[in-house]
Amino acid sequence: MTLTSIIFAGILTYLTRMTMIALISRDMLGDKIKAVLEYVPSAVFPAIIFPGIFINDFGAFIEMNDPKIFGALVAVIVGYFSKNIIATILAGLVSYWFLIFVVFN
Amino acid sequence: MLTKKQLFTRGMLDISPHMLSVIPFGIICGAIGVELGFHPYLVYAMSFIIFGGASQIVFLQLLSGGASSLVAVASVGIINSRHLLYGAVLSEYLEKLSFIKKLLISYVVVDQGFAESNKFFKKNRSEEFLHYHLIGTGCTMWVCWQIATLSGIVLGSFVPEELGLKFAIPLTFIAIVVQDLKKLDHVIVMITCGLSSLLFFDAPFKSYIIISPIIALFIAALLLRLKK
Repeated sequence: MTLTSIIFAGILTYLTRMTMIALISRDMLGDKIKAVLEYVPSAVFPAIIFPGIFINDFGAFIEMNDPKIFGALVAVIVGYFSKNIIATILAGLVSYWFLIFVVFN
Repeated sequence: MLTKKQLFTRGMLDISPHMLSVIPFGIICGAIGVELGFHPYLVYAMSFIIFGGASQIVFLQLLSGGASSLVAVASVGIINSRHLLYGAVLSEYLEKLSFIKKLLISYVVVDQGFAESNKFFKKNRSEEFLHYHLIGTGCTMWVCWQIATLSGIVLGSFVPEELGLKFAIPLTFIAIVVQDLKKLDHVIVMITCGLSSLLFFDAPFKSYIIISPIIALFIAALLLRLKK
């Protein structure tokens, strides 16, 4: 039954959220591990960013002239200088739309 | 010292820009579930029970593609295993909370909430009620996610597909990490993770999403050793 599977998937997901917060005390992690954990955002989010840009809906690599690469580059530049989340997202989307609707049309 | 309410509001404000990408993505998630032929109640139940963006889409796509429920459940677990890393980072700031509060707060830990609250925590270590910031980011995300997926389920994909709004998801995470491009060690860690995720993209159960962070953290450990 699908609902049963959803409940199991939900329990599993909750466990991934809860385990380190509730069951592990900070003293159990040494200083070296704490220093490495400083890198968690940089070590995790590119695994969402890169496939989101370079791999299409069918699981294949995109062409090197794909508008998403340009959009992502614009987002990086705008984000770096503006330090603004909305500006970053909009810059990436608008430059991507500009290419797919105006240039490649 | 900020009050609980001020911290909660600050959390809400810090995560709200990300709703620009989360809301369209939620609408798409809800609409895809119904399009794949699942009962609307089941599609919505996922937003409440799993509450995990991409993993919900993968779960339904696997089931509708004929995969066994075991495979679908395992994939959700593996995709969401990155929360273990978030929890390890956050535990330092949540240490003083009671066990029950830790159990409750865990439910609302999400990618963007972790990212924004972690940034806030690092700058405001001395605040007494820091966890209210995390509750603020998490609850904002929860409410928006429920509303967005529900509207996708009820109204269908009224977001035009040609706009390619799924692309807003990598953009939202670019906004999160972009300031760390100033630091060479972080750049190396990011590139390691990104390239590994492409290399291992076809690994079973979508495990690239946890394999590549582990490789990247290993590189981070090596870099720390070199720095000394």
